[in-house]
Amino acid sequence: MAYRWKNDLTQADVTPKSMFLNRRQLMGGAAGLGLTAAAGGARAQDALEPNTLEEIRSYNNFYEFGTGKEDPARNAGGMVIDPWTITVDGLVDNPGEYSLASLLDGLTEEERIYRFRCVEAWSMVVPWNGYELADILAKVGVKSEAKYVAFETTVQPDVMIGVQRRVIPFPYVEGLRLDEAMHPLTMLATGIYGEPMAKQNGAPIRLVVPWKYGFKSIKSIVRISLVEEEPPASWNIINPREYGFYSNVNPTVDHPRWSQASERKIGGGLFATRQDTLMFNGYEAEVASLYEGMDLNEFY
Amino acid sequence: MQVVGGINTGLRKVPAWLVYLGGLGWAAYLFWLGLSNQLGPEPINTLERLYGDVAIKLLILGLAVTPLRKWPGLNLMKFRRAIGLTAFGFVLAHFMVFAILDVQTLERGWTEIVKRPYVTIGMAGFLLLIPLALTSNNLSVRKLGGAGWRKLHKLTYAAALLGAVHYLWLVKGFQIEPVVFTALIVGLLLTRIKWSRARAVFA
Repeated sequence: MAYRWKNDLTQADVTPKSMFLNRRQLMGGAAGLGLTAAAGGARAQDALEPNTLEEIRSYNNFYEFGTGKEDPARNAGGMVIDPWTITVDGLVDNPGEYSLASLLDGLTEEERIYRFRCVEAWSMVVPWNGYELADILAKVGVKSEAKYVAFETTVQPDVMIGVQRRVIPFPYVEGLRLDEAMHPLTMLATGIYGEPMAKQNGAPIRLVVPWKYGFKSIKSIVRISLVEEEPPASWNIINPREYGFYSNVNPTVDHPRWSQASERKIGGGLFATRQDTLMFNGYEAEVASLYEGMDLNEFY
Repeated sequence: MQVVGGINTGLRKVPAWLVYLGGLGWAAYLFWLGLSNQLGPEPINTLERLYGDVAIKLLILGLAVTPLRKWPGLNLMKFRRAIGLTAFGFVLAHFMVFAILDVQTLERGWTEIVKRPYVTIGMAGFLLLIPLALTSNNLSVRKLGGAGWRKLHKLTYAAALLGAVHYLWLVKGFQIEPVVFTALIVGLLLTRIKWSRARAVFA
């Protein structure tokens, strides 16, 4: 059904294609759906200035292609993204191997301009193009026993230098609780600025969960499984003390190696100032109810 | 050995101040790259890492001076002070980028230093280097006496190790560079152990 969530920003704010590489200033107007009344209000009025396409494509974490921020842009060229098959399995009515086109057929594509906050305390604003995950899940039919959604990234060792070097265990895996996955903010994105997703950004299809740290938004997805138990999540397996399963953006719960209280937006140059990190990355009004009654210090 | 002899002869004509000049020039060039938007979308972090990277490489080179003279007979002794002080200069630049451009406020800087072990360790290494930088001059060598000065400057060993742990600790996943640097530092420190005496102690 799409459009369950409305951007602060409208189609009129989207830059013409010819101006992609120019910095642009977008003003966030009053949010739709009356969401401004609650805690989201303060941020909704802030200027949301999307990063340039060049910035978004040149500063990435995609450890399959190396650990440097420039490595994915340099090394991802060989990844095969066409044809692309996504295995949908587990507790679903219509399991199977879906081609990208067949999985998305009949669904509505939207642009969503979201804040993107990395666990390393940097951030961007990205105009994504994609689909609500809820629509895709509705299409494959979620069985009532399903409690979580598990995702898996492609592994192409021949063209993935990070996989050859075993930087971390691969395939990269991530997961969401079903209510998080069904939330209208959660999307599967296939493009940025109306352009097809670049390989270093997770082509051809990736998850976007704007209120969680970036590593939850798994790239280049080849498997979606509906499961009953909490699925493994890569960084949580590698270092559970540093990375929780939930990994919601939370300025009051620090990562052991860096503070999460503030962040620096990419693109501000050598004298960029830090800004305060917002609870749930500024989406508190939308998602806080998902975690009611949970101790966020324990379930970080 | 003839090659080494030739290099030594050639190096005799190279003045030590060239090391300072080169270091200063390189530091300024990296800063200019940041200013002129050539260090990528996140220049603060990149500059911080670049300075730190040069610093640890120079610390390793400084530790290599003595073993290089012992084994292949390469004599870099006259450059050792310049290498050490330039290394300190890059550690200082690394710290300044962290303090002024990165964390920006005293409060945030202090929190980082006390709360994050890898920052704490880096700071400890930096502090250890300060007395060494201050005593890297002929007057101090005379005042402290050769033996005293050498004893004090053994702090370099600890500072280099702290630098290695600082680097190992801050990266995510398995990365090769900090491991190589650590191995080099540990290896260079092992060459300092007087094995005959060590054997006597353990025998």
